[in-house]
Amino acid sequence: MTQNQHPPLLRVEGLGKTFAMFHLASMLHAFEGISFDLHEGEFLLLKGRNGAGKSTLLRTLWRSYLPVAGHIWYQSRFGTIDLARAADVDIALLRRQEIGFVTQFLNARPRVAAQDIVAEPLRLAGYAPDDALEQARHWLGEFGVRPELWRAYPSTFSGGEQQKVNLARALILPQRLLLLDEPTASLDVGARRALVRRLGDLKAAGVAIVGVFHHPGDVADLIDREIDLATHPVPAASELTHVAV
Amino acid sequence: MTLAALTKPWAATSYGFLDASAKRELRRKMLKAIAVPGCQMPYASREVPMARGWGTGGLQVTLTLVNPQSTIKVIDQGADDGVNAASIRRFISRVSGAAETWDTLDASIVQSRHRVPEETMREDQILVLQVPNPEPLRGVEPNMSIARQMHADADYGRLWLTLYEQLVRKGRIMQGAAYPSLVNGRHVMTPSPIPRWDVPKLNMARHLTFLSAGREKRLHAVPPFTRVEPLVFSDRPYRVEDHADLVCRRSGIAGYFMNEIPQDSGGSVFEVSDSNLGIKAIRRAEGEAVEIGATWYENGEYSA
Amino acid sequence: MSIDMTMAPAPLLPPQLMQTEALLSMRGVTRHYGEVRALRNVDVTVYPGEVLGIVGESGSGKSTLLRMMNLEDTPDRGDYRLRLRGRDDGNLFDLGRYERRMLCAHHIGIVYQNPHLGLLMRHSSSGNVAERLLIAGERSFEVLRSKARDALDASEFPLSRMDARPAELSGGMQQRVQLAKAIALEPALLLLDEPTTGLDVSVQALVLDTLKRLQRDRNITMVLVSHDLGVIRTMADRVLVMRHGEVVEQGLADQVFQDPQHPYTQQLVHAKL
Repeated sequence: MTQNQHPPLLRVEGLGKTFAMFHLASMLHAFEGISFDLHEGEFLLLKGRNGAGKSTLLRTLWRSYLPVAGHIWYQSRFGTIDLARAADVDIALLRRQEIGFVTQFLNARPRVAAQDIVAEPLRLAGYAPDDALEQARHWLGEFGVRPELWRAYPSTFSGGEQQKVNLARALILPQRLLLLDEPTASLDVGARRALVRRLGDLKAAGVAIVGVFHHPGDVADLIDREIDLATHPVPAASELTHVAV
Repeated sequence: MTLAALTKPWAATSYGFLDASAKRELRRKMLKAIAVPGCQMPYASREVPMARGWGTGGLQVTLTLVNPQSTIKVIDQGADDGVNAASIRRFISRVSGAAETWDTLDASIVQSRHRVPEETMREDQILVLQVPNPEPLRGVEPNMSIARQMHADADYGRLWLTLYEQLVRKGRIMQGAAYPSLVNGRHVMTPSPIPRWDVPKLNMARHLTFLSAGREKRLHAVPPFTRVEPLVFSDRPYRVEDHADLVCRRSGIAGYFMNEIPQDSGGSVFEVSDSNLGIKAIRRAEGEAVEIGATWYENGEYSA
Repeated sequence: MSIDMTMAPAPLLPPQLMQTEALLSMRGVTRHYGEVRALRNVDVTVYPGEVLGIVGESGSGKSTLLRMMNLEDTPDRGDYRLRLRGRDDGNLFDLGRYERRMLCAHHIGIVYQNPHLGLLMRHSSSGNVAERLLIAGERSFEVLRSKARDALDASEFPLSRMDARPAELSGGMQQRVQLAKAIALEPALLLLDEPTTGLDVSVQALVLDTLKRLQRDRNITMVLVSHDLGVIRTMADRVLVMRHGEVVEQGLADQVFQDPQHPYTQQLVHAKL
């Protein structure tokens, strides 16, 4: 583990997630007892077989999933906060300003131009419209989206082109913590290279990154540490007993 | 002293036709109406020997105001000699002993359907307007309970909206008669179907005006020296009818509100709507010493 | 470390980072209609710039709650505050009819599912928008005209039809007129009651897109009621799930949809996915 005089940006302690499936009266255990530290500028790879809970862990850090045990201590600019139990509005605030999540799916909306989708995080962060648009075009170019598509609606794009727009949007704002869920899937070689370059820049700028990659080789040079979720025992589903219904 | 000496002789009707309790109620409502200018006061409209809708509201107010020293003028659309005007005037005179007149200057009470006389009325005169529909909000709010709340809240946006719609659809305000007007900065009233020409005459007038609707059983008032402001947009000024340049074909006077008389040829000729003003002008032209009072409009321009 | 496998997530902590004060806060709102309990002890907090979605089946109380927010009804008990111009003016349920009307006209916009509730069908579309401005005291015809045009334009209503009567317009266009009317005075709070229910799917998408764009451009705080989870998912930052007049679950939109905590929400989400 990288030693650092600063407290870690992220300290995960005994994190556990189970899903209660009320209609089956049973619990699905995703993972338990996950603990790790992540410092600024570190790149952590999550490994494990399919179903080991890699994406679930990412989504739990992002708080799409509510953990049932443990803590996610995060050093925000505003102070330390436990993402496991932080109020929804605090999470929403951090998502706007400090924590990014990149999936392989673009949440494209009809009739919003690619450049506007990419510029949106900057707009929300208070950038001037022209400035935001200029940066958006820059990153669309970096990821290999052809200029004639910048003003088109990505809902009509192919999967690969949509993913480029998605990445440009997700990586345009310098976050402090970046969660990557197989961002390289369905990317062509050029875009993959641009992505690795951008991740490298972000990492060098101090952004901490946790990622799941289908082909970790793509980012091999960036990886500082790995966590293998397969080494954590994952019990089978058990009867639901004590959960209040 | 005998009982006979203390009581009046038997009569078939009360003085002024209405019984004492009816008049007392009307007096109270009229005083209230003066106290809250433009606010409609409900009253128990009584039976009078006339069909509802023919001026019974105005008649009841006049019968309450009248006394033997009164001089009554009744006009219908400006004319003193119409059947309704003549009948009403004769009836009032018969039940009250008041004098009758056609001359605005002589009258102490002017009961009118749809016109304000052209000669400026004085402090000692009262104008009684017959009103078919006293509710300015009826066109925009069919529920009268809600309309009342709207009056209470001074919620008159929809009246302006009606004017907005007219401007959008026709390019100008189409509201001809009964132009909604804000009284004393608080209540919007419909000033009976008087033409736009007559609305400015009510603003800061020296006389007292009652507006009474017998069928709808409500009356309101414009006390002397009270603001009456037609609803207008700040950038679309209030305009009266384009009658300033019309000349009366009979009396030759000009600059007053005219009746249009279509001709078989397809054209129109005009006669002054305030018929007694025309009559006085003709008589003066023929050399009689007739007094014509000051008028609200001079040479077609509002000047009061 | 041992973990209780049957453990549910711990209750969340109060906000620590959010520095802005809530725009809307409702506490303990309870409303009965005769024997029927419409709302029970409902708490809602909405922060400036948020879109709060309220889901639930018919009769869950979600529309009643929205009507309360629009001060159209008063609960049996409860407290409702809006922080307007940086001020908290006390429990809005204590206001009289006139004060409520003025507050709603200036600070709250609403779009109803049924355009007949929100529009004067026989007046022009631009007139419907102008009425709001008239209530606020605007008396210049040209200003009314241009502001109505701006609001209709922002709602992506075709300006060539701005003087058509809503009765002559399609459902989607009627909703745009309602929206223009609602935003004409730049309200602090925009309430949307099933704004796209009953519209064709393609029209629905366009109206939602307009809402989304308005939200982004003007940073309007919205409360959106819908039984359609797709609409809520598209629009909302946070979601409140209602059932039988009670809030059974609330959370970030993605969390409620991906990791629902209440059996009813799970049922709702599964039924829709």
